[in-house]
Amino acid sequence: MAKESTFSNMVITLFVVCLVASAGVGGIYALTKDLIDAAKIAKVNSAISGVVPDFDNDPSAEKFEVTTDGKTSMVYPAKKDGEIVGYAIEAATSKGFGGAIVLMVGFEPDGTIYNTAVISHTETPGLGDKIDVKKSNFSVQFNGKNPETFHLSVKKDGGDVDAITASTISSRAFCDAVETAYKTFKDIQQK
Amino acid sequence: MSNLSLITKGIIKENPTFVLMLGMCPTLGTTTSAMNGLGMGLATMVVLVLSNMAISSVASFIPAKVRIPCYIVIIAAFVTIVQFVMQAYVPALYETLGLFIPLIVVNCIVLGRAEAFASKNSVIRSAFDGLGIGLGFACSLTVLGFVRELFGGLSVFGHKLADADGMLAFVLAPGAFIVLGYLMVLFNKAKTKIS
Repeated sequence: MAKESTFSNMVITLFVVCLVASAGVGGIYALTKDLIDAAKIAKVNSAISGVVPDFDNDPSAEKFEVTTDGKTSMVYPAKKDGEIVGYAIEAATSKGFGGAIVLMVGFEPDGTIYNTAVISHTETPGLGDKIDVKKSNFSVQFNGKNPETFHLSVKKDGGDVDAITASTISSRAFCDAVETAYKTFKDIQQK
Repeated sequence: MSNLSLITKGIIKENPTFVLMLGMCPTLGTTTSAMNGLGMGLATMVVLVLSNMAISSVASFIPAKVRIPCYIVIIAAFVTIVQFVMQAYVPALYETLGLFIPLIVVNCIVLGRAEAFASKNSVIRSAFDGLGIGLGFACSLTVLGFVRELFGGLSVFGHKLADADGMLAFVLAPGAFIVLGYLMVLFNKAKTKIS
């Protein structure tokens, strides 16, 4: 059963327990760090390859940051035989119903949206989560559209986007993130 | 009490969800599908077995006045380890459960078993107790997730049964309470009948 508590044995016990626990956590961290990083990169890479045309370079090695209107987005250029075939732009919005939504939006060199993918979101399951292509084909309507002529806001707000039934806020947020990505794309083009 | 009965006790007589009613936060939060419930249950079970074993082996060296902080540090270390391992080997599961894994630290079941059982029993018995309670938790979470997924999304373990929308409320928070309440009634009814 537990020992008598004295000042010195309490201090020593806590010290030893913390030391052993932190050594254990540190050891496991060192062992799993490479795998965790690899899993994160694999996730970003699979999102990239889904949203831009065929490429043969390593977009995550050539990524760069662009700040447009105070929002910073990560840009992954996709190249084939040294020529740009598209840009995958990771854009976020804080206007989601449940918090931030992070999208990967792929543009062809002329500004046409090739495809989109949801990286992370916290929208309501069964309603707002339909922004994910696995749940509904809401996001498919953006493919092949050029935001130059395709107005990126829901029909209720005078745009061209069919909103998800009962999830107007999530739909608006999705449009907002795509819009941010498009502005970033315009910014790159001007440089 | 034999080691085997320690396990069945954790699943039926002292089922953490339906009888002890401990750890309700992860129970209600993670069980939107059967798979999520199972994942959360198994993660908790691993932590329970490891922390029970560690605590029962060091309990006699720990002064009574600082035992709770010591237990928490040990539990937190195991939870962090489980988190790293999940992140490395099952990133897809980590994505859905990631938010809830750190909550295992403050799950009353883990600290409760440490204080009530592991600190007074041998390492082997504590491991079996952790396994039993962990299995009980995993089973209840899987059943809860299964029912919510079935009614809410018309699917079983991710497989769609019909191409239609289910009753959405079951996937959302209110459904968690409703299903939990009914399952609790059924479980306790069946339990009294048996004994």
